[in-house]
Amino acid sequence: MTKYVLIPLLPLISFIINILFGRRFIKHRAHWVAVPAVAGSFILSLIVFMEVLNGKTQDINLYEWVVSGDFNVSIGFLIDQLSALMMLVVTSISTLIFIYSIGYMHGDGGYYRFFAYLSLFVFSMLMLVMSNNFLLLYFGWEAVGLCSYFLIGFWFHKKSAADAGKKAFIVNRFGDFGFGLGVILTYLTFGTLQYTEVFEKAPLILGQTINFLGSDVGLITIICLLLFCGAVGKSAQIPLHVWLPDAMEGPTPVSALIHAATMVTAGVFMVARCNPLFNLSETAMQTVAVVGGVTAFFAATIALVQNDIKRVIAYSTVSQLGYMFLALGVGAYTAGIFHLYTHAYFKALLFLGSGSVIHALHNEQNMQKMGGLKKYMPITYWTFIMATLSITGIPGFAGFFSKDEILWRTFLGGNLGKFLWILGTGAALLTAFYSWRLIYLTFHGRYRGDEKIHPHESPPVMTVPLIILAIGAVVAGWVGIPPLFAEHGDKIGEFLSPVLGHPEGHGTHAQEIMVMTLSVIVALLGWIIAYNMYIRKPDLALTLGTRFSGLYKLLYNKYWVDELYSITIVRPTLRLAEKVVLGFFDGVIIEGIVNGLPALIDVFSQKFRKIQAGLLSGYALIMTIGAIFIVGLWIFMR
Amino acid sequence: MVPLSWYVILSSVIFSIGLFGFLARRSLIMMFMSIELMLNSVNISLVAFSHYLQSMTGQILVFFVITVAAAEAAIGLAILIALYRNKPTVKVDEVNILKG
Repeated sequence: MTKYVLIPLLPLISFIINILFGRRFIKHRAHWVAVPAVAGSFILSLIVFMEVLNGKTQDINLYEWVVSGDFNVSIGFLIDQLSALMMLVVTSISTLIFIYSIGYMHGDGGYYRFFAYLSLFVFSMLMLVMSNNFLLLYFGWEAVGLCSYFLIGFWFHKKSAADAGKKAFIVNRFGDFGFGLGVILTYLTFGTLQYTEVFEKAPLILGQTINFLGSDVGLITIICLLLFCGAVGKSAQIPLHVWLPDAMEGPTPVSALIHAATMVTAGVFMVARCNPLFNLSETAMQTVAVVGGVTAFFAATIALVQNDIKRVIAYSTVSQLGYMFLALGVGAYTAGIFHLYTHAYFKALLFLGSGSVIHALHNEQNMQKMGGLKKYMPITYWTFIMATLSITGIPGFAGFFSKDEILWRTFLGGNLGKFLWILGTGAALLTAFYSWRLIYLTFHGRYRGDEKIHPHESPPVMTVPLIILAIGAVVAGWVGIPPLFAEHGDKIGEFLSPVLGHPEGHGTHAQEIMVMTLSVIVALLGWIIAYNMYIRKPDLALTLGTRFSGLYKLLYNKYWVDELYSITIVRPTLRLAEKVVLGFFDGVIIEGIVNGLPALIDVFSQKFRKIQAGLLSGYALIMTIGAIFIVGLWIFMR
Repeated sequence: MVPLSWYVILSSVIFSIGLFGFLARRSLIMMFMSIELMLNSVNISLVAFSHYLQSMTGQILVFFVITVAAAEAAIGLAILIALYRNKPTVKVDEVNILKG
């Protein structure tokens, strides 16, 4: 009981202490508060995980939060296999990122602020994954959004960073609007927000439909799609993916935290958590799968041509999240969560590695100005290689097992599944290519950057987390070995099955081997292409870029999605604000009231000022007439 | 024995003279004197009724009126002198700074 409370409470305490006393007293010692706090929650999460492993799951209500008529919401934790795993991922990755930040943020003016927000971020995410009802989930959901705003705009004196923070927050609003409606509709439908009760009652409303825009739609489909709306925003799926690449304006540890542990995985977690609802709606599942598959592919194509090292990794995250949703959409929840878990390690590693590079080059992020860093920073290089092998799905590394599981489950998902499988395999090819391109541009060849900068390896406080994460990026997948190779090898699938169920669909071993072989082949193919383009014939990239300049521009400008939104949403909104809100409502109505009232008073006072004639006899006369009138009234009315 | 009505008539005649003076004259001093006239006309009627009704209330009231009148005269004359120091006139229609 106490340990459940302490897990989110420790980061919260760290936040409170740092934000209150950081500026005056703690300053550059902020990590002495934050790191023990988050490490403490990691250890407690580990204990809780061990208990859950032994079958001790719990659903506890701690405190009656809202009591209003029939509407009851409590602050409570649902500790089961899914949340235990999430807690472990969140706290372990966060701990490493916190330690890394000591080195990365060293000497920054907002050091205490950074650790305060980081702690709040972890607290929010823990509340999100541990909650046992939708409202608390929503609380965590919004709180991570808020923290992302703080941290993306951490260097707020830089306009691009402040804008990126705002963008992240506003784009998330779009998704959260749907999510909020989904939570409300859930309450209206089931009369409760507790997960267990909602999931129990869910099959009862299966046949119900509501009229939406003139056509009857299943109630459960609407709920799922609305909830998924939130997931699309938070997990940066098409069409709301635009905020995530811009979120690179934040300090690199923040990017790692957002991408690996605390924010974007929230959408995946939420859909997995609501799997009893999603299972009931074919339409919603297909939507999830299609959005995931399409995102996986298109984000990967954008990543091919980006030059900013962090942006490449950011699009890679969008793409990998697409894989997770693809898995969820085809009903392979365990595979989705498995990929979330392996992805957390290798993606945190990629980000922290790129942070190490950026740190060494004094905030240079353009890969065209890097190169040849292998000999200067061997630890970063080799850990980066581990992460890349993992993300591209080379057999034996973590990413291979989870990605292969997803592709295999997609392959089994009927005709739509076959199509999405092709997209997914294509994305795997692209992933391999851009990942190796990143490596070759950054670490191989000759150094193309500023001569005055002498790259150097990062301090141990940064490299040790890299090494630990590298180990994770290799071994994390070993808990999910497909049954093809080892009986009971898929430990994580069995572990999660009480919450997420077993995926349906069966194929032959031959098919499974075919899918697996194909994904390994494309991974190697991507590697070979990248090697040829950037190591053997370095001019080839440029030649291709000019030959297919139309395609290159399309990808380089990210399909002009930002521009499209700017034309269709941002500018009309601004114009609306200017004309209607500012021009009409503020200019005419508010100004009218504020200026009209004094004008009215002025008109009347012009009339009434005549009374004040300044003539004493006049006043006396009026007084006399008044007195006579009153006396007369008294006499005659008696 | 003078009947009550004579006193009442006397009182109202003096009151009317006072009222007329108060409204018609422009000099502050004359207006002052008119006010005193009105006050004293009231005093006459009060005393007359007091005697007629055989009640002391009216006469007590007269003492109050005299006291208030004395105070009023003192303050009024003080204002008048203060006014005269600032503006060499006692004509009320020339004192109209607060005219709207």
